[in-house]
Amino acid sequence: MATDRSSVHGSDLNTVAGNGLVHRRMFLMAGTAAAASIPSAALPNPAAADALQVEPWMKLPGSGFVGYGQPSKYEDKVVRTWNTAPGTIGTGTSRTPHHLLDGMITPNGLHFERHHSGIPDINPDTHRLLIHGLVKRPLIFTLETLARYPMESRIAFIECGGNGQLLYQKEPAQVGVQQIHGQVSCAEWTGVKLAVLLQEAGVDPKAKWILAEGADAAGMSRSIPMEKAMDDALVALYQNGEHVRPANGYPMRLLLPGYEGNMNVKWLRRIKATESPTMTKDETSKYTITLPDGKSLQFVLPQEGKSVITRPSPGLTMKEPGLYEISGLAWSGYGKINKVEVSADGGKSWAAAALQQPVLPKALTRFRMAWQWNGGPAILQSRATDDTGYVQPTREQMIAKRGTRTIFHSNAITTWSISDKGEVKHVYA
Amino acid sequence: MSTRNSLLIAVSALALISAVAVAADGPNLGRVATPEEIAAWDISIGPDGVGLPPGSGTPKQGETVYLAKCIACHGERGAGKPNDQLVGGQGTLPGDKPPMKTVGSFWPYATTIFDYVRRAMPYNESKSLTNDEVYAVVAYILQLNGVVGENDTIDARTLPKVKMPNRDGFVTFARGK
Repeated sequence: MATDRSSVHGSDLNTVAGNGLVHRRMFLMAGTAAAASIPSAALPNPAAADALQVEPWMKLPGSGFVGYGQPSKYEDKVVRTWNTAPGTIGTGTSRTPHHLLDGMITPNGLHFERHHSGIPDINPDTHRLLIHGLVKRPLIFTLETLARYPMESRIAFIECGGNGQLLYQKEPAQVGVQQIHGQVSCAEWTGVKLAVLLQEAGVDPKAKWILAEGADAAGMSRSIPMEKAMDDALVALYQNGEHVRPANGYPMRLLLPGYEGNMNVKWLRRIKATESPTMTKDETSKYTITLPDGKSLQFVLPQEGKSVITRPSPGLTMKEPGLYEISGLAWSGYGKINKVEVSADGGKSWAAAALQQPVLPKALTRFRMAWQWNGGPAILQSRATDDTGYVQPTREQMIAKRGTRTIFHSNAITTWSISDKGEVKHVYA
Repeated sequence: MSTRNSLLIAVSALALISAVAVAADGPNLGRVATPEEIAAWDISIGPDGVGLPPGSGTPKQGETVYLAKCIACHGERGAGKPNDQLVGGQGTLPGDKPPMKTVGSFWPYATTIFDYVRRAMPYNESKSLTNDEVYAVVAYILQLNGVVGENDTIDARTLPKVKMPNRDGFVTFARGK
């Protein structure tokens, strides 16, 4: 693990940055001689532990089979939360509870959602995909015919262009990672390369864009550069091995790895090759960045390099001083994550976190950092660098550049403060 | 079917494919869509207005539609509440106060209003308005925003010519700038 010696505080060789960030070997050495270097408060007290029980479930056969398995009943708090537009039940956003999850893949039932007119109840037998516009042969595909095409899988994040918007607020919102950054999720998407279907239709060289449209009641539609459509776009039929969930576009959705979530059109029913953008509602009146001078940046397509610590984070109180793992997620719509640095002293010193394999382009990357919490106040931050060299900005830097007249494309560093009682709060630093 | 027949069919299919120069990358399982099928589905309208249907409407006619179908969500004369405000806010995009983004102050193309209202509104029964009703309600929203006059008629010819106040307010994003 890379260590910036200039940022090392203290004399302990295991220290990698200020306020208790330590080398991962501390985990491996716990319980061996190295444990001697861990303050006694960090070690579990055997006297306090409950005596081992022979529990009832060890004595009776368990329950039977079910057709589609569900999480343990003890996990009933691991759920999405959502907000809806006034007078609607299905227009709004639901958020992934990242503080209660680990790894890089989001379970299908917890993938974030953004609907503009609820979730349509689509019969896969009657659903059609039309490809037309500036093409030689306009084509109609059924789900059955698409399922006969060669398929590919991509592990990709999808992030709403509005994710992280609370960071534009003047005061830090007293909420956690789910409310602030829950509109990003990551899945293995499997489907047919859009380029193959477009090539079959025979795209006119004049066509520089496509319009993608959904079969929901809002007919959600976005313009997408032809270059992206021909590059890595998929008509996704499967999500983490099963058919795409209704909330995520059943029976088919567009997947544009790395691009603004809104463009990954769900319930995909139509692709139209066009010379220029259609200028739909969602690429003009929404998903544009209004700058301090009143001008708005349009077609902000890939999501920027970003990271957030998911554990500890607000709602997860730390019970006692000792050795902890700081864990979080990093991603970039421009490529792979090269580095994530973590700070426990509000950005004064940083240490490189371990990146868990696989580290894939345009996918969530899990990072981990060992932390010896001494029981005192701490300010935790993470900072991602992607393989284009882009470094995630501080909130101050982001606002200096973009102002606060937008809610879109917030990718600033998020800061959690830890109190001496172990409470975790969202703060600005 | 015998192997020989399958082979024959496969060979003639191959010949056919090369004869019409169809892309050989995929299995070519799409069915060719007829112009009628496309017309029924192709509801998107770009800034050039191509594809706008026959029909027309005036602000006055639009007010009638608005009072019946839109006011519950968008308030009196597009003032908003409980849902999006449609009218006002011109001049609020720069400055220190929060921007008031409405159709009149922010939307760059009038064609987008037609496209969006026809496909997505009214919320509880989208795609239920006639083309005349859509043109009329677009005319009414534009008139409330001072973009067209009370007696102007909106149709396939006039709509793409409407210049929205924030037409030049957008810059294509480039990373790092």
